[in-house]
Amino acid sequence: MLTTVYENLIVQTVCRIMVPFIQIYALYVIAHGHYSPGGGFQGGVILTASLALIFLAFGQGAVTRRINRRLAVILASAGVFIYAGIGLLCLLLGGNFLDYAQLAKILGVTIPRARSLGILGVEVGVGLAVMAAMYSIILDIAGSPAKPETKSRPISENKP
Amino acid sequence: MIWQLDFLFLILVLICALAAINIKDLLSAVIILGAFSFFMCLLWAEMGAVDVAFTEAAVATSVCTILFVGAIIKTTRRSKD
Repeated sequence: MLTTVYENLIVQTVCRIMVPFIQIYALYVIAHGHYSPGGGFQGGVILTASLALIFLAFGQGAVTRRINRRLAVILASAGVFIYAGIGLLCLLLGGNFLDYAQLAKILGVTIPRARSLGILGVEVGVGLAVMAAMYSIILDIAGSPAKPETKSRPISENKP
Repeated sequence: MIWQLDFLFLILVLICALAAINIKDLLSAVIILGAFSFFMCLLWAEMGAVDVAFTEAAVATSVCTILFVGAIIKTTRRSKD
């Protein structure tokens, strides 16, 4: 397991310098997904890569202190909710599923602008869902087991 | 669309693929698989599929390598066959 932390000043310093730039680049990829190559999926994966870099350099405690497993599940559900919510909102406004042109009625902008904003919202939802789901997979494969096993241990330890 | 460059990347991809399935040390195989993904990414980008190249660079080179290394640490490093 990757639970043992080997303190290495060079690795930790390089990680501390690199992680903000990786995350800014991931946000750039998500925000420009409808203009240029990239999008929600790629940006979410790059965000996950930055979290995995913290995981490798500082151990599991440093990364689960920022995003624990419960928050990861909530973020993944929130991403799917944003994606499906925008689609269903277009359905409620009288169009097809993910028909962004209908969003112009409630956003108060022109139809091309509404399409652009709708795609941006969907990219943000996809990025959140991919980031949280991949982070959860990495924690399950490379991290130590989840907490509930240790909660019942004090009861069994009382028995001789 | 330079066919000589395409051919060079294809040769490198083939070399990496053959090395990755023939090597006994699984950790080396994972690293060579990362190189395979990198040359595959260069090939996609050279052929004009920039979005696919981006996905290949983001997923196969970083996250897949981390997942494979995590699986090797939990199991064994030597191949049995």
